[in-house]
Amino acid sequence: MNYILECNNLTKTFGPTIALNNVNLNVERGKIVGLLGPNASGKTTLIKLCNDLLTPTSGEILIGGKKPGIETKRIISYLPERTYLNDWMRVSDIIEFFKDFYTDFVPDKAYDMLSKLNIDPKDKLKTMSKGTKEKVQLILVMSREADLYLLDEPIGGVDPAARDYILDTILSNYNESGTVIISTHLISDIEKILDEVIFLKEGQIVLQKTVDEIREETGKSVDALFREVFKC
Amino acid sequence: MSWNLTSDRPIYAQLIEQMELKICSGVYPLGSKLPSVRELAREASVNPNTMQRALSKLEESGLLYSVRTSGRFVTEDKNMIKETKKRIAREQIQELLKKMTDLGFDQQEILSMLNDMAKELKK
Repeated sequence: MNYILECNNLTKTFGPTIALNNVNLNVERGKIVGLLGPNASGKTTLIKLCNDLLTPTSGEILIGGKKPGIETKRIISYLPERTYLNDWMRVSDIIEFFKDFYTDFVPDKAYDMLSKLNIDPKDKLKTMSKGTKEKVQLILVMSREADLYLLDEPIGGVDPAARDYILDTILSNYNESGTVIISTHLISDIEKILDEVIFLKEGQIVLQKTVDEIREETGKSVDALFREVFKC
Repeated sequence: MSWNLTSDRPIYAQLIEQMELKICSGVYPLGSKLPSVRELAREASVNPNTMQRALSKLEESGLLYSVRTSGRFVTEDKNMIKETKKRIAREQIQELLKKMTDLGFDQQEILSMLNDMAKELKK
């Protein structure tokens, strides 16, 4: 089996803090996966390890069979938690930027989505609301034909209507052989579009199952199960 | 007819039920071609793999059939749709009967209430 993401005994510590503790995980191609867990459970650490922004303390992480590096960055489309775009730039400038950077970037797709959302490509990022900025970033990320999309909290800052639009954007734009990993704690909003969910708790995986398996076995939604597993 | 999914039951099972309803009520007429899996998944805001699973089950039961390269179609068998309608009706009535029994009505009472309400509907 050729997994898009593999973690073998993956551990990451920051000084005395253990962010990920001996994680073993396989994620298949062509899936939409929810990476779910409360704050400080290790979601962002895992995503940063995938992107080579952090290096493992021990164990290994493989993207399409390869260690994170230049080659894996080419096939990953990453939406970070915080924006890294210069806010003095116009959307059209950033699109040019992406075109230069990524060979799999499809500008037409980006322009098409922008027009559907009534976002003027000539606008500068700095003049936009927080929600609009988030939409622009997601549009950029989803306009690539990547093998792996890593979306860190893509729906945190937007209203419920925009959330629906974003989910629709993810559904209609991800590459069919690609995998989308979405980290979030807004579970009830996204569980319908997920194939499977991964629960992270204190740096360890406590569950990896399909949404329908969870519903069949427990008679509960993923959201309800999450509330139970992570009850404070 | 929009898609209406509840949160506590498997999604694919609910998709099967709603596709059956759409077929029986003529949203997708006899022999017509269905939209692609992706389109249907988008419409229902569900994962394409889940939609695929539901459609495969409906193919197994015969309500849908697929033609290589040209897509998926609704059955042309009128009888099959009739049977499906009857099955759905029986399920609905069973559910109603159970609720009424739980409320403490006996068969006689339920029937006479049904009769009265049907008469009022006719007016």
